[in-house]
Amino acid sequence: MWSELRALREDVDYGTPPRDGEPVTLMVDGEPVTVAAGSSVMFAAAAAGRSVPKLCATDMLEAFGSCRVCLVEIEGRKGFPAACTTPVEAGMAVCTVSPRLSELRAGVMELYLSDFPSEDIAGGWSELHDVIAATGVASSPYGPGENHLADPIDQSNPYFLFDPAKCIVCSRCVRACEEVQGTFALTIAGRGFDSKVVASQGESFLDSECVSCGACVQACPTQSLVEKSLFEGGYRRADSPQA
Amino acid sequence: MSVTVCVPRDSAALSLGADEVATAIALEAAKRGVAIRLVRTSSRGMFWLEPLVEVQSAAGRVGYGPVDASEVPALFAAGFLQGGAHTSALGPVEAIPWLARQERLTFARAGITDPLSIADYEAHGGLRGLKRALSMAPSDVVEEVFASGLRGRGGAAFPTGIKWRTVAAARAPRKYVAVNADEGDSGTYSDRMIMEGDPFVLLEGMAIAGHATGASHGYIYVRSEYPFAVAALNAALAVLREAGWYGPNIQGSGFSFDAEVRVGAGAYICGEETSMLESIEGRRGVIRYKPPLPAIKGLFGMPTVVNNVVSLASVPVILDKGAQAYADFGLGRSRGTLPIQLAGNVRRAGLVEKAFGVTLRELIEDFGGGTRSGRPVRAVPVGGPLGAYFDASLLDLPLDYEALAEHKGMVGHGGIVVFDDTVDMAEQARYAMEFCAIESCGKCTPCRVGSIRGRELIERIVRGENPQANHAQLLKLCDVMENTSLCALGGMAPYPVISALRYFPGDFGLEQSKEPSCVV
Repeated sequence: MWSELRALREDVDYGTPPRDGEPVTLMVDGEPVTVAAGSSVMFAAAAAGRSVPKLCATDMLEAFGSCRVCLVEIEGRKGFPAACTTPVEAGMAVCTVSPRLSELRAGVMELYLSDFPSEDIAGGWSELHDVIAATGVASSPYGPGENHLADPIDQSNPYFLFDPAKCIVCSRCVRACEEVQGTFALTIAGRGFDSKVVASQGESFLDSECVSCGACVQACPTQSLVEKSLFEGGYRRADSPQA
Repeated sequence: MSVTVCVPRDSAALSLGADEVATAIALEAAKRGVAIRLVRTSSRGMFWLEPLVEVQSAAGRVGYGPVDASEVPALFAAGFLQGGAHTSALGPVEAIPWLARQERLTFARAGITDPLSIADYEAHGGLRGLKRALSMAPSDVVEEVFASGLRGRGGAAFPTGIKWRTVAAARAPRKYVAVNADEGDSGTYSDRMIMEGDPFVLLEGMAIAGHATGASHGYIYVRSEYPFAVAALNAALAVLREAGWYGPNIQGSGFSFDAEVRVGAGAYICGEETSMLESIEGRRGVIRYKPPLPAIKGLFGMPTVVNNVVSLASVPVILDKGAQAYADFGLGRSRGTLPIQLAGNVRRAGLVEKAFGVTLRELIEDFGGGTRSGRPVRAVPVGGPLGAYFDASLLDLPLDYEALAEHKGMVGHGGIVVFDDTVDMAEQARYAMEFCAIESCGKCTPCRVGSIRGRELIERIVRGENPQANHAQLLKLCDVMENTSLCALGGMAPYPVISALRYFPGDFGLEQSKEPSCVV
């Protein structure tokens, strides 16, 4: 079933919404590409057919810049700017693939996997799993530590559930609720490692202002928010979807 | 004529009993039928002498300190109102070498004036900078600040003049001045001293910034731990409005400017400029990505000057005395003076304003008098919780933005905390990661998760669990945090950790090595 679902996905996610500025030409991995001014480097890379790994970015939402896996190198600039939050400039030379970028992206992915159910790393189907495959990180090197793996699942909504063990706090659900649906039912509570997605004032999804529109479920890159109908006989962590 | 007696109202002095001393002096004077004029001033910043009582005499201000309230009758008996001898007598305060050796520009009035007396302020050079600025074209004011070489004193050291140019050049219906007074670095208090002790100088600097850049409204974002600063700023704003130096059409110049105080809610991250802007707007204090820079799209989406308290408080003297007079202090690309805050295990802690170029050794040994414990200095973190630790071999480094950066350190906000040889540097490194974990806004993963993993790795190393492998993983983590974090909290939290590993590997149970344990 999961491979069929994969085939149904929209073809290209440009990562950030399209813009309508004047055309700007830049180089991505040595190839010229022309996009509208105001577009992100990530958008330009996608337009050039290059796939930059991403988790918090999707083209139905404005850029956010939190997941730190879309880092690229830009000639003449220090460090590793995030492709999603860096606007294109004429003549810019962007590199999306290098050993150093691979090393850093893998380092970030190791941190994600250090707080993700280990039994769900291999074989799952989600955008997170695409990035796991693209970065070649198979497991966390950190050993046991503080985590959210035992946080309670919210199954209150009849149509979807929220499993915080798989949440990477990318805020896509929160932003979809605001930007796509305009409901503002979701937010992030707490700070640092305690940051978590909550509905309304920390209520269950069903008791919150959520209108069950599904925008958050569509936006979730990890299946932390997922439709209940996909799980025959009910969702249990041990039965997490496998390919 | 009644004698003027000054007792500080700075919160460091208050914590040492300054209010009790002031009350005791007033009561004793009344009891003896002696007329005195009791003035509550700011502090000189010589905290080991607080509460420091100063008496205005023919020979200038003479000091007594530290004074305990119980000693007040004895002081009267000793004739302290006439400068009489007493065990706590210090002589003329400005001749105390610790003070005499400083170059006080930004802190020129510290401990001298009544913080809320505009007459006192003007009598000691206040408002001259704003008067001159208002007589100049805004662009000339920007260039004057640029020529002074002033760089952001909050820690990032970005040239203030360039920031102002950007805001001045931006076209927008409104512009703002946002003051970062969320002073949260360990061992720092210069912002607090300015706000409590000389609030007019900050407000004057803000008005100059407003005139120079076309901003008409200011916000001062003060951490909630500074209630006296909030009160002083609000009172000072009222005084300036009443005197026509704040509000519409300032002194008939056609320039209007006003400001308000916003109080934080206890988050270190709100000292990062974009989080601060989010917080002022009433949202969660999380980092905004850049670009756009706040100078172009800042508070409420408008061009915003975001400056630290000390940066803005240094502007009036630059406008008053001229850019060159300020730039004549310092060296290299570090011009002017820095209010350095000495703290930790040191005999004479306090505020030292010196031209850039003073060495850590001069600060710690000459000003600080060495460690309070009398034991050797072992480690010195400079620039707050994100600054590197220096070991004793680096004490001859001059305080200079570039010189410290060469050693992966930073001047930061000018805080220096001294540790003696009993410090456990593995614990300090662990705490650096823990601090990052506690204060992380939680937006980006390298900081939110990395700080937790960093703390866990250091704990494992110290427990002797696979120390080599965990050390290697820690260095890898530090590399990832430094290069992938969204802001400087996650990006620089590794600095104290790496420096602790480099200079003090033995504290972690790791082998001593002549080579740096890593080069990041």
